[in-house]
Amino acid sequence: MAVITIICLRYAKNGDNSVATTSNSRAAILADTKWMIGMKLSNKVGLIGDAIAMIGDGAVIMLGGFGVPGTPFCLIRELVRQGPRGLTIIKNDANEARMGVDWLLESGQVARLITTHVGLNPRAMRMMNDGAIEVEFVPQGILAERIRIAGAGMMGFVTDIGLGTPLEDGKTRVTVDGRAGLLETALTADFALVHAARADCFGNLSFAASARNFNPLMAMAARKTIVETESLASLGALAPEDIHLSGTFVDHVVELSELPEVYGVVKR
Amino acid sequence: MSSNAKERMLRRAAADILPGMTVNLGIGLPTEVLQYVPANMPVCLHSENGITGVGPVLSADKADRNLIDAGGAYVSVIPGTAFFDSAISFAIVRSGRLDLTLLGAFEVAANGDLANWKIPGKFSPGMGGAIELAQKARRVGVIMTHTDRKGDSKILEECTLPLTAKGRVNRIYTDMAVLDVTPTGLELVEIAEGVSLAELREATRAPLHVADQGVPNF
Repeated sequence: MAVITIICLRYAKNGDNSVATTSNSRAAILADTKWMIGMKLSNKVGLIGDAIAMIGDGAVIMLGGFGVPGTPFCLIRELVRQGPRGLTIIKNDANEARMGVDWLLESGQVARLITTHVGLNPRAMRMMNDGAIEVEFVPQGILAERIRIAGAGMMGFVTDIGLGTPLEDGKTRVTVDGRAGLLETALTADFALVHAARADCFGNLSFAASARNFNPLMAMAARKTIVETESLASLGALAPEDIHLSGTFVDHVVELSELPEVYGVVKR
Repeated sequence: MSSNAKERMLRRAAADILPGMTVNLGIGLPTEVLQYVPANMPVCLHSENGITGVGPVLSADKADRNLIDAGGAYVSVIPGTAFFDSAISFAIVRSGRLDLTLLGAFEVAANGDLANWKIPGKFSPGMGGAIELAQKARRVGVIMTHTDRKGDSKILEECTLPLTAKGRVNRIYTDMAVLDVTPTGLELVEIAEGVSLAELREATRAPLHVADQGVPNF
């Protein structure tokens, strides 16, 4: 309750110092307020080429997506066009042949892949077995949580996942309240490339269906977050309660003028 | 495995999915179990990529490009479906909200050890969410052929492959039998019609406890 009161004060302190109640509609509060300093949000919209040009050789890059949904294919294609090499890629999966991560593998830009499963990408399997790329497998929920923890500004967490399996090798064992666990460390990156169904100019994001997956977590975890969006809205066009991730986590927004076929339903 | 034996196995596993359960089904045989769950039974299906209340699979022409399950099948929404991110999805798994998971396996041991993600030197595509599902679902069922392609038992006294989870399997469904993992070893719950106890023991490389009065067929 205290938190709600403070927010009301900030937004709705009227000229006569009276305080609006929570029952006031937002529109009424905004119309009444005379304190508009800090009430305009910045515009982070830019060109795809400029955004990707920040990425240099050896960068650590998180890619959103689980299969096709949520994979930022246009940002990845631009990454292939500009060609930085020796990349570490962090993604749930390696997509499939001729899609997304496969383009980066084909162009020889990837040195290391941190992932949960690459079974649908024959090239990833082959390059891993040949030693052409280094692959680190992380259980899916542990990968998600290591990324979430980084985005939450913490250093690690303790879990019993993997105890008694080969996954405990090389990890620090910790005892909490008499229970054995493993220390998992936060996983951050230089860049996160993220796909959002809708975004506004400030980078507030909204995701479609199962395309959310790792996208908001990675957007929070990386030092720079670049978002591609299918639909760019003006400020205020997305209802605040429909925003899945605050634009405070986003640095650059790129609008996709059209969606290439790779975003479509995969015909098998 | 004959199609009859497969259907019997799927049907038997489906019978253990009870009204009100939250369930995660692995890729392959476990997902096929779904076709034998009564259509109107209230069950909440969870998918690792961020869905509870997964709806029926759709053909490509009806599919939503943004809506797949963890196996890559185009699925749909039902009244009450929810979407969330991957961290929330595994919060559901680790905090014990899954009543049941059904998984495939390369090997299961008499003590409930499960190996289903890696065959060193041959098959190592990554574990996906299998380790957390196996370790944290309240009940873990394995559904698999009783023997591998060479005819060797996939049920062993001890697993030889890298483990997915230690001592977490509760029940095993195969084309030959339904077996429970108990503190004293494997107990035969049901035997497939047409399979003799001698055949089953021959195909199983772990001791089997069989009740004196025998067990029902399935």
